[in-house]
Amino acid sequence: MKIVSKAEQRALDMTPMIDLSFLLISFFMVIINFTEADQNERVKLPVSELAKPPENPPAEPLVIQVLEDGNGIFAGNEYTREELKTRLNTEVSFFKAMNIRLKDVTIILRADGKCSTGHVRDIIEDCQSLRFETFKYRAKQKTEFH
Amino acid sequence: MVRAKKSQKLELNMTPMIDIVFMLLSFFIMTFKIVAPEGDFSVKMPFGGAPPTDKIDADEPVRIKLIANSSGDLTNIMVGDTSIGDNFNQLRARIHKMANVGEAPTKASDMIVELQPDDKLRYEYTIDAITAISGFTQGGRTYPLVENIRFNARPKAR
Repeated sequence: MKIVSKAEQRALDMTPMIDLSFLLISFFMVIINFTEADQNERVKLPVSELAKPPENPPAEPLVIQVLEDGNGIFAGNEYTREELKTRLNTEVSFFKAMNIRLKDVTIILRADGKCSTGHVRDIIEDCQSLRFETFKYRAKQKTEFH
Repeated sequence: MVRAKKSQKLELNMTPMIDIVFMLLSFFIMTFKIVAPEGDFSVKMPFGGAPPTDKIDADEPVRIKLIANSSGDLTNIMVGDTSIGDNFNQLRARIHKMANVGEAPTKASDMIVELQPDDKLRYEYTIDAITAISGFTQGGRTYPLVENIRFNARPKAR
């Protein structure tokens, strides 16, 4: 048996591995979607063939998620209808303090496809009573997988 | 002056760099999630609870009623007083005809559509109806039909 001495050990050529690793890193960096912060796994959006990502995203978006049971999720916390209204009221004070007009704020509703339309409209009415004016309904873009 | 010979080339220690590279790679792989793109629909919401029949509307809206059963499934669509079943393609065809914008419209009609969904109707059906009214896709292109979609005002005491 031939014994290889330490000095004879050849250094591994790392270049292809590093090339590949950097390629993978750049791929994942480009594809990573930071808007996921707005999303919630518990909300399964309805699917629509016309739902295209907006060309001009709203200047002051306010994302409210509506769960199947009608509860809302705002800024990562779950609220009942009444609690959500109270929470949004504090948001209104914040906008006023920041000198942002409520008509410039867009409420983006990410409602679960299985929740009742009445629940969504309840939340809209609460927002309207707080003087929010612009609403958008979010849906998932239809792909071949749907 | 001392000149470095070719054989005296410094060997870079790659270990820390590879460590970092793999750490970054594992972070990106672990946080990676395929997310379908999302889009928004704008629907106008009238203020207050006054029924729209109280005022004389210059442009009388086309009223579309979405009727649901007790489990929230769509049972019937009414365009005005005409029942068209629960078929959204038929709704789209009817809106297309009423909008009078031609076969391949480039601009949405000025027509106003007022949606009257039952409260218990599942939200996905409402979005399907909004999709059918808003436009259609054909051969990868999107054609608009109606932009002015609004919900009816609900009576205050429910």
